[in-house]
Amino acid sequence: MKKIMTEMINKHIRKDLPEFNPGDNLKVEFKVGEEKKRIQVFEGLVIAKSGEGLNKTFTLRKHSFGIGVEKVFPYHSPLIKSIKVVRKGKVRRSKLYYMRQRYGKAARIKEKTDY
Amino acid sequence: MIEGILGKKLGMTRLFDDKGASVGVTLIYCEPCYIGDVKEGKVQIGFGEIKENKLNKSIRGYLESKNIPPVKYLKEVKWDSSKDGAPKAGTKIGIEIFKNGDIVDIKGKSKGKGFAGVMKRWGFSGGPAGHGSRSHRIPGSIGQSSDPSRVWPGLKMAGRKGGESVISKNLEIVDKDPAKNLIAVKGSVPGAGKNVVFIKKVQTG
Repeated sequence: MKKIMTEMINKHIRKDLPEFNPGDNLKVEFKVGEEKKRIQVFEGLVIAKSGEGLNKTFTLRKHSFGIGVEKVFPYHSPLIKSIKVVRKGKVRRSKLYYMRQRYGKAARIKEKTDY
Repeated sequence: MIEGILGKKLGMTRLFDDKGASVGVTLIYCEPCYIGDVKEGKVQIGFGEIKENKLNKSIRGYLESKNIPPVKYLKEVKWDSSKDGAPKAGTKIGIEIFKNGDIVDIKGKSKGKGFAGVMKRWGFSGGPAGHGSRSHRIPGSIGQSSDPSRVWPGLKMAGRKGGESVISKNLEIVDKDPAKNLIAVKGSVPGAGKNVVFIKKVQTG
C-alpha cells in the first residue's frame, strides 16, 4: 500500500535541488505573482526543516530593516526556481528557534568546514 | 455509463497544481472492478481480488458463473445504458471513467471514536471551566419537569460515535495515474487508510 503511494509521489518529487541543513544560509529564487511570474530572491538562515516526501518544507529567517522575517517554503514546489547554499553553519540543534530571541553579535553561527 | 466504482483509501499528501499552489489530496487505489450480474438499469461490480480458498463454495460458484475472479466485495450500482449500451459480465471497469477535473462524491465508513460525550459527539458547548463551576463537559438539563415527566425520544446524549457511513461531497479529481490505478482527490475522505470507499460521479451541468 505504502509502496504504491510513494511511487505516485515520486513523480512529483524534485531532485534538482541541493541538500542543506539547519544552520546553513540559503539564497532561494522563487516565482511570485498571478499572471506574470516575477522572480523574487529570499536570502536567509535555515532554522527548521520539517515533513517528508512531498510535505517537506523549510523555514528561512532573515532580518529585514531591523525586523525579523520568516518564510516557509515547500521544498518540492514548482515555484522554486533555484536554491543556492551560500554558507554552511555548524549547529547542534535541528530546530534553531532560539535564533528568534537573538540579534546582532549573539546571532552569529560558526561556519562549518569539511576537512 | 456506470455510476461509480469502488476503491481503497491510501492516505493523504499534497500535490502542486499548474499555478504552483499546494493542494491537499487523498490518494485512492482503484484496481479495476469486474462487472457481474446485469439487471435493468443496474449492474453488480466486484472489487478486491483475493485468494480462491478465502471464499466459500457457494460464492465461488456464483462468481464463476459471472466470469469474475474471486473478489472480496460485491456492490450493486446504477448503469445508464442509453450512452454506452448494455454492459457485459466479466469485463473490467476502472479509473478510465473519471477524468481530471471531475466532481465526485465519496462514501465510506468513518473512523470509530468509541463512547463519546455530548461535546465531542454533538458539539455541545459544555459548562464553564473555572470559578468552581463543577460542570465542565456534562450535557445539562435533558428536559422539562412533571409535564411531560419523560425524556423526549431522539434527544442528543452521549454514546457511540463514528464507524458509520459518511459521504464526502463534491470532491475534485486532481490527478490520476492509469498505469498504477491511482486517483488523487482534493480534500479528505471518510475512514482510515485501507478503507474501502465508493466513488460516485456527480452529474454536472
